[in-house]
Amino acid sequence: MKNTLFRKNDIYLIGILLLISLLILGGVNLTKKSGAEVVVSIDGVEAYSFPIDEDLEFEITGYDGGTNLLIIENGYAYLKEASCPDKLCVHMGKINKEGQSLICLPNRVVVEIRGTGKTKSEDDYDTVVG
Amino acid sequence: MSKTQKIALNGALAALAMILSYVEMQIPAFFAVPGVKLGLTNIVVLVALYVLGEKNAFFINVVRIVVVSMLFGNIMGFAFSIAGGMLSTLVMILLKKTSHFSVTGVSVAGGISHNVGQIIVAMILLNTKAIIWYLPILWISGIVSGAVIGIVGALVCSRIVIKE
Repeated sequence: MKNTLFRKNDIYLIGILLLISLLILGGVNLTKKSGAEVVVSIDGVEAYSFPIDEDLEFEITGYDGGTNLLIIENGYAYLKEASCPDKLCVHMGKINKEGQSLICLPNRVVVEIRGTGKTKSEDDYDTVVG
Repeated sequence: MSKTQKIALNGALAALAMILSYVEMQIPAFFAVPGVKLGLTNIVVLVALYVLGEKNAFFINVVRIVVVSMLFGNIMGFAFSIAGGMLSTLVMILLKKTSHFSVTGVSVAGGISHNVGQIIVAMILLNTKAIIWYLPILWISGIVSGAVIGIVGALVCSRIVIKE
């Protein structure tokens, strides 16, 4: 076998990819501001919108009747309960920054934090996606 | 290697890939981000790629995804697996062809392209662009797991002796 475990190119590849990921991650976290609105979309359609500074408990009925319990508390939004088996969205934690989101694939529910009106980071993000 | 031996080896590898898929399904998600996985099946794909060839690796993965989705998954899971699996297999084949990278590098590229495929499907299914922000986190996990799987794959490859 002529392939050794690591070659120079592998190290470069891994290094460059890690650097890109960390730069994007760092950039996103530094430029993000606290959001103002919690927007709930079901199957790609915006369904509800709540102010983030008002405490709230709301049951979202998603695609195919699945439910997620949305909690807004002390300026953070999170999903407390979900009807799906994996409960990944519940483990995604609390969010409060613009652009952050909680996603439940089985129920096709996306909970997203938005700022008020169009902001700089919104524009950037549209260019990235094309 | 005779034709019969080749067929048998392909079948055995496809079966092994299915078992590893199933084993991986039993591991609970240990991270808060969906899509973070170890990618055990990729060991088989790597071995097939280096020992048998490109076509074999590709089809072993196709058979694995189709059968596993039919047995244990659903249509959503199939969409995610097939997009991630095909993209990663194609990227690994291309990278191997350049022969600038070892098994580890090929595996890392496969891991992160699997993440890209899955994010694309999620963007289409959920009709949202917001999910693209998970890509950096998925990439970091994909690089780590891809490297680990690549090292294991390389060790396995170096121990398999095919009699001509």
